[in-house]
Amino acid sequence: MESSKVIQAIYNDDDVLMAAVKKVKAEKHHIEEIYTPFPVHGLDKAMGLAPTRLAIASFIYGCIGLIIAVLMMNYMMISDWPQNIGGKPSFSYIENMPAFVPIMFELTVFFAAHLMVITFYLRSRMWPFKKAENPDPRTTDDHFLMELAVHGNEKELENLLKETGAVEINIVDKEAH
Amino acid sequence: MYTFSNKLKTFSIILMVLGFLGVGYGFMTSHKSLDEVKIILAEEHGGSHAEEDTNNVIAVDSSTEAQKADEHAKHVQHQIENRPWAALYVAAFFFMMIALGVLAFYGIQRASQAGWSPVLFRVMEGITAYLLPGALIVLAIAVASGTIGHYNLFVWMDPDVVANDKIIQNKSGFLNITGFIIRGLIFITGWSLYRYFARKFSIAQDTAEDNKNFKKAFRISAAFLVFYIYTESMMSWDWIMSVDPHWFSTLFGWYVFASMIVSGITVIALLAIFLKAKGYLEFVNDSHLHDLAKYMFGFSIFWTYLWFSQFMLIWYANIPEEVTYFVTRIEDFNLPFFGMLILNFVFPFLLLMNSDFKRVPWFIVLTGIVVLLGHYIDIFVMIMPATVGDRWFIGIPEISSVLFFAGLFLFIIFTALTKAPLLAKGNPFIKESENFHY
Repeated sequence: MESSKVIQAIYNDDDVLMAAVKKVKAEKHHIEEIYTPFPVHGLDKAMGLAPTRLAIASFIYGCIGLIIAVLMMNYMMISDWPQNIGGKPSFSYIENMPAFVPIMFELTVFFAAHLMVITFYLRSRMWPFKKAENPDPRTTDDHFLMELAVHGNEKELENLLKETGAVEINIVDKEAH
Repeated sequence: MYTFSNKLKTFSIILMVLGFLGVGYGFMTSHKSLDEVKIILAEEHGGSHAEEDTNNVIAVDSSTEAQKADEHAKHVQHQIENRPWAALYVAAFFFMMIALGVLAFYGIQRASQAGWSPVLFRVMEGITAYLLPGALIVLAIAVASGTIGHYNLFVWMDPDVVANDKIIQNKSGFLNITGFIIRGLIFITGWSLYRYFARKFSIAQDTAEDNKNFKKAFRISAAFLVFYIYTESMMSWDWIMSVDPHWFSTLFGWYVFASMIVSGITVIALLAIFLKAKGYLEFVNDSHLHDLAKYMFGFSIFWTYLWFSQFMLIWYANIPEEVTYFVTRIEDFNLPFFGMLILNFVFPFLLLMNSDFKRVPWFIVLTGIVVLLGHYIDIFVMIMPATVGDRWFIGIPEISSVLFFAGLFLFIIFTALTKAPLLAKGNPFIKESENFHY
């Protein structure tokens, strides 16, 4: 496997980290990844990440759930074994619809929520039995780690990161994943 | 300071004059003699139907048939007479409801010490200025319909009806004109006192050294919200639900509340966008609009939830005394009854779902206008079936009533906006509110 050299700068404050990200971006360096113990508000924008498309995916999942609910109940309650619902006219989905609305709602929410969570995990490259990518266990506690790729400009990067208030800077060989 | 431009003032006065003329026209043309009503009915049936009728007359005893026709014509005559009253009442209630919804929203912001909204306080206070005159007008129309009118809105005000109706007799301990007036005045007094003192403390806080006024406003807001949720519920029984005195729904107060708060928030958003476009609210940023649009979105869904909860239980149980309410609406009011679900739910749901669209002013304005129209129809469908039955139409009396109250509403709220600076600068949260961002 090909290995690449990365520089890892560790910070111990999210405000310092935010300022550092802005400075590094201003110097036109590409930030590979940032590991934080908690979500830092506005970090994605500062890093220049594209806006998430999770909401669109969730809307589509909701629509799928709604369609499945309608088809399922139409099959179960109307066509396969017509049910007499409180003396209401049978054999018609639309005339019995008020009784089905709660299920339509529930399945819409169920599909949207569960599939969105699964999508989020996969998109974050977190699937079962996956080895953690986290390079330093301290980022799960109280430290923030910024990772930049090194292309023969080690000294320059090191100086820049030191200026931004990094408490520790390491250069490591990393196996490509 | 906001100045009420002459153009806008003229516009609101023109609305009032036009509305007044239309309402007058509606009242003048609503009196039909029994013979005229019979001609109208004959014209409506007409053609081959008339032939059938003559056949029937031969078969049945002709005197009872004529009596029946007379009774029907009398009923229709009364419905035609009711129409301008009901049209006026629906419009009066709709605009009063906006002001009351805004007052509740304002009370919630105060009691929860919200940090995002103080930049909008003066806009809300402007809108709530309409509450006192608006609510008095609603009560006056209701009482007038049962005294100088001919029991045009509330059948339980008619002693002849009550004498032959066991169910209303049993309810007459609550449903009587004296009680109705006393309760109405208690509601209005309570709301107006809160509005008066909250406004007073809000203005006093602008120049105050300490937070004493802010704390007082917080305390009365918490008390007001308790008072409000009881009185709003009772008001909705009195002023709306009792037009169908045989029917009742236990979540009616919540249902009316949902309509009220979503219309109120929509008007706050529309007015804020208008004032910002005129350059008066430079401290309101698109994050504030975003939050208002989120509330519009959320409360639209809340309204639908309550609409459906009320509908489904009654539809499912299918008890005759309850279900007649929806039978009338589905048979005679099919288009407005189901159409308002599109205006009040599907439209805001799809348009305001995307986070970015909630920050685009013209999107909020477009959705807001549709939502307001939908909630007007909501009130329309609450009042009309009991008063005019299938003789409803959105014509001169209805549109004129809306124009009249829209003019009055605009005139009063814009006058109130000129009375104080548009930024509540003494509020301890004002810095947080100005810097609010999403």
